[in-house]
Amino acid sequence: MDFSPFYQELFSSLNRGLLMSVALIVPSAIGGVLIGITAGCLRAYGNRAVRLLGNGYAAVFRGTPLVVQLFVLYFGLPNLGIYFSPYAAAVTGFILCSGAYQSEYIRGALLSIKRGQYAGAHALGLTHFQTIFWIIIPQAVRRAIHGCGNEIIYLIKYSSLAYIVTCLELTGEGKTVATEYFRFTEVFIIIGLYYLALVTCASFLLKIIEKRLYIPGFGHK
Amino acid sequence: MTSNTPILKAQAIQKSFDGNTILNGVDVVLEKGEIIVLIGPSGGGKSTLLQCINCLVIPDDGQIELEQQPIDFSNKQDLYRLRQQVGMIFQEFNLFDHLTALDNITIALRKVKKLDRNTAEKRARLELEQVGLGEKGDLYPAQLSGGQKQRVAIARALAMDPKILLLDEPTSALDPDLIGEVISVIKNLAAKGMTMIMATHQISLISTLADHILFMENGQIVESGTPKELLAKGNVNKTQGFCDRLNELATGEQ
Amino acid sequence: MPASLSVIVDSFPYLLQGTLNTAGIVFAAMFLGLLIGIAVAVGIVYGKRPIQLLLSTYVWFFRGVPVLVLLFLFYFGLFSYFDIGFSAFTSVTIVLGLTTGAYQANIFRGAILALPKGQFRAASALGMSNSQAVRSIILPQILRMSIPAWSNEYSIILKDSALAFVIGAPEIMARTQFVASRTYQHLPLYIAAGILYFFLTWAGVYALNKLSDAVRIPGYSHNGIQE
Repeated sequence: MDFSPFYQELFSSLNRGLLMSVALIVPSAIGGVLIGITAGCLRAYGNRAVRLLGNGYAAVFRGTPLVVQLFVLYFGLPNLGIYFSPYAAAVTGFILCSGAYQSEYIRGALLSIKRGQYAGAHALGLTHFQTIFWIIIPQAVRRAIHGCGNEIIYLIKYSSLAYIVTCLELTGEGKTVATEYFRFTEVFIIIGLYYLALVTCASFLLKIIEKRLYIPGFGHK
Repeated sequence: MTSNTPILKAQAIQKSFDGNTILNGVDVVLEKGEIIVLIGPSGGGKSTLLQCINCLVIPDDGQIELEQQPIDFSNKQDLYRLRQQVGMIFQEFNLFDHLTALDNITIALRKVKKLDRNTAEKRARLELEQVGLGEKGDLYPAQLSGGQKQRVAIARALAMDPKILLLDEPTSALDPDLIGEVISVIKNLAAKGMTMIMATHQISLISTLADHILFMENGQIVESGTPKELLAKGNVNKTQGFCDRLNELATGEQ
Repeated sequence: MPASLSVIVDSFPYLLQGTLNTAGIVFAAMFLGLLIGIAVAVGIVYGKRPIQLLLSTYVWFFRGVPVLVLLFLFYFGLFSYFDIGFSAFTSVTIVLGLTTGAYQANIFRGAILALPKGQFRAASALGMSNSQAVRSIILPQILRMSIPAWSNEYSIILKDSALAFVIGAPEIMARTQFVASRTYQHLPLYIAAGILYFFLTWAGVYALNKLSDAVRIPGYSHNGIQE
């Protein structure tokens, strides 16, 4: 391929952006899952007050656009004297939003486990902790993995919103080059291909994991 | 066939949920090798009584003694120990859906009895063969029929070497054509001298296996006696009436 | 009244106008997506191999590329080749319509596949043509089955529509941002915007639940195919 200065600049920008995107996605995905597990457990097993709190959190973050959440964090909170760096604002927003969606899958998975599973385990003399560890968690993981995995795939795409709080990742880096050279179509198609590659890899990985974990009677075929 | 010291003694068991009294002072005395059958209308408290006996449901009041040792309901270790020695068979099987038939049996052997994997698997295979499922060890619950699931559940309970087996309507959730295989497994157990308390509507189990029948209604035992006493010709009592209706149902179905 | 509140009160009519625009974008996009989704789903399930391949590529592309990138691509890129000059409003509607079309195609494809095979055969046996069978037998069933997933899709597209401000479509976010930039009351304004979106999400999902109840037939009510 003939690498004109335009393409040289484009690809070095995009690769830099890709690194930033990955730096956004990985901690956000991990944080989102952790918050999701915590909130999901509280929403499934907590007492009334705790459940109300958890449900409220999920409703707020699932009922409003991620852009609005990012705007509140990055442009809104300075009104109260709280300042986030672009990167911190993006990651915080991603974690909180993704955690709300993840908690939905975790909660659903936990509630779908039949009471009989606990009774069966206790009747055999398994302790409470053994029951959670050997019976409940392995089942919940299999019920939740499809939804949680897809949520991470959504997160990959929505990481592009970091551009809006001026954190320069794939989209932001590409936009800069596109504006500079006024070549929008090809630049954004190439950015799109970057995301397609990320999303397709992640989907493929998720399929492999789901296949690994597959047990008759559980999860997606 | 019975010695005089009871293996299990439950006294004045009391349990209510949300203000509804489910068990109202129930006494059960079980001797080694004895088979007690609980009958009576649904909602009469049979299932709750069985669950109280191995403390899956903690009684509000009353006392349970296993081999003369009273159980302290507030002591978790006591409860775990009791449950290890008292096996339980559920109406809905309650197999662990994420484990193969074999691992359904090995999990408690390994985690509760702390056997190593090899020993546990050997024992599990033996138990599966006993219930006629030697070939099905690698299948998951979703791949088994209801009758097969219940037989795995029985094998799972037996592998723990329970001193007593509690059966909560073991055939009620099964299709009529799958009941036979489970009944024959239970009869086999009885022939080997297993000590059991069983709630059932299965007339063939009541008349042939019971050493003692307890008729439960509204959380109390209202009739108690041997089948001979309760089901003698010409007797008029609740047990008789109940069994007659079950008989009619059984013949009506054929 | 504190400044933060008076800003919201003063700008409320302006923001409400933006809310109507948001609703307009979302309705138009969802409708466009419905037409695309049904056509693509039918094509993928019943079409010939090349058609299947083409349509699957469309679905793969629009499900894999972020909406933000699609907005830039179409508004600054592809649409600039046309002489008509697409407005920001039209561009957003088309991009969101194409995006949700890909997702809706998957929803309807799932519903078609969940339909018992005998339905189509029974329709043919009664002498219906293929298109008659699709219109009067298949569609009424898959549309009912898809309402729960469709309602989910609505709330996603509503939230995605908040990105329209990046190309200047006059919806909630653009207007909030405009007021915020002049008054510096960012926090209360963006929270107000959040409440408006929350209300729209709630209202739409509520309406679709009502619809689901209204068209309910025993056996098909809440049997939604979740994507």
